[in-house]
Amino acid sequence: MESNGRDAFRILHELDSLRAAKADIDSRISALEAELHHATLQNGVVPNGSSPVISTAIDSLLSDHHDHNLTPEMIHRYSRHLLLPSFGVQAQSNLLNSSVLVVGAGGLGSPALLYLAACGVGRLGIVDHDVVELNNMHRQIIHTEAFIGRPKVKSAAAACRSVNSTVQIVEHQEALRTSNALEIFSKYDVIVDATDNAPSRYMISDCCVVLGKPLVSGAALGLEGQLTVYNYNGGPCYRCLFPTPPPTTACQRCADSGVLGVVPGIIGCLQALEAIKIASVVGEPLSGRMLLFDALAARIRIVKIRGRSSECEVCGEKSTFTQQQFREFDYEKFTQSPLSPSPLKLNLLQADSRISSKAYHDRVANGEAHVLVDVRPAHHFKIVSLPKSLNIPLPSLEARLPEISSALKEEEERKGAGSDLSAQLYVICRRGNDSQRAVQSLHKMGFTSARDIVGGLESWAQDVDPNFPTY
Amino acid sequence: MEGKIETQTMDAMPEGKEGSSVKIKVLFFARARDLTGLSEMPMEVSSGSSAHDCLNDLVAKFPSLEEIRGCLVLALNEEYTTESAIVGDKDELAIIPPISGG
Repeated sequence: MESNGRDAFRILHELDSLRAAKADIDSRISALEAELHHATLQNGVVPNGSSPVISTAIDSLLSDHHDHNLTPEMIHRYSRHLLLPSFGVQAQSNLLNSSVLVVGAGGLGSPALLYLAACGVGRLGIVDHDVVELNNMHRQIIHTEAFIGRPKVKSAAAACRSVNSTVQIVEHQEALRTSNALEIFSKYDVIVDATDNAPSRYMISDCCVVLGKPLVSGAALGLEGQLTVYNYNGGPCYRCLFPTPPPTTACQRCADSGVLGVVPGIIGCLQALEAIKIASVVGEPLSGRMLLFDALAARIRIVKIRGRSSECEVCGEKSTFTQQQFREFDYEKFTQSPLSPSPLKLNLLQADSRISSKAYHDRVANGEAHVLVDVRPAHHFKIVSLPKSLNIPLPSLEARLPEISSALKEEEERKGAGSDLSAQLYVICRRGNDSQRAVQSLHKMGFTSARDIVGGLESWAQDVDPNFPTY
Repeated sequence: MEGKIETQTMDAMPEGKEGSSVKIKVLFFARARDLTGLSEMPMEVSSGSSAHDCLNDLVAKFPSLEEIRGCLVLALNEEYTTESAIVGDKDELAIIPPISGG
């Protein structure tokens, strides 16, 4: 058994290092391919619509036969676009001459980036500061397992280059901030918001207004998605629609509320479509309208939304919102939430009302009489739970106090048979926030010795049982 | 977001006389759907009621909706509307808070 365990460990370790080496090689191949592409561009061998440097000999040769700059390779690659009467050579040439920036290489950005690379956008920028994680893979389809633990920008760029090595992929491996947004955005024609939080959405919209860029905005959570084009053709900006940011309680994250993987996939595809329409100047962009996608009901509604608000603080008639003000605006304060959402870490209780997962484990091992209440929602409890824990979701805590009382009594009888020993009461949740809220109310309701387990089940997995599943 | 989303009837105006009330359908999206547990709901209000009145009735029935009241888009029959718009019989009032996830 022991040697089996060691073997497995050795194999896993070797797999990890091989995967890392493979990812490195993949990314070097993509980088070299891109370099080669640029070198050939400079020599005029493979003229690309996005490049001003085209050798005059080839240029004149081309102009002798066609009134466009598509190379034979391009004609072949994009032939199905060229065959579309309503798209054709003109729209494809526009696309090849355009640049699109995708902010966020996650659930929305994944399909958006793949389609934008495939379709032949001239220059494609990617902004992200995150790394690929295993729990991203079910929806962030641009990333592969080999890139787990590595920057999403690197992973996404490698995937885009492997789909279309003739597109110029620009990696912005940094968090978008007011300090860098103007400089990055100004290099692109169309901006795609594929982020996952409210402050970024306000910041991106404001930056697009200040620079006069069209913004393709998509969002997805749970089983619903929203899509619209802001700041384009007299349409509204994000602030015209939502002048007041939502309260933090209403800003749910996929990491907390869950999301069906294909839902952001669908919205991301539609974002690519809208970006392509704007960049190639075809069709009727989704400006002044919002698409609402309801995956459960299999229904898509398109609602007419308001036009530009003359009262809007950023794009309105009286607005004096400048680049300077943008740089100084505090989006985290405005929305009361962080630009890089990390799990909330509350600290509501005195130290003596808390216990570490390790200390709790020791007490259980010593046979201490206790009751463990798990205050997570029932569907979380079904994923994984600690042995003998009692699931009472936080909202029903008050109503179910008698259950706690009788569980404590039962435990005392079982352990102490007649002695005056009292059973301890511990509370746990996923990360250690709700457990503190629960302990606060338990204290108020007379259970003054209730304690919460610091860091919740995540700390149990980290400090006590590394095989305990995290989600 | 729960898998089962039910439809429920609500009479904001129990003593509705013939002709003095209108029946509308309220559609809930995103966070509004979570807070009410409903995706849509028929509702009866006195004729001449505004979208604002409808919202007041809804917040009275689902107090937690107050949370998003300051940050939502209202659409009447799939078109943007302000709270002052008067709702008519068989109208569809959509309550659309922003989603920020991705």
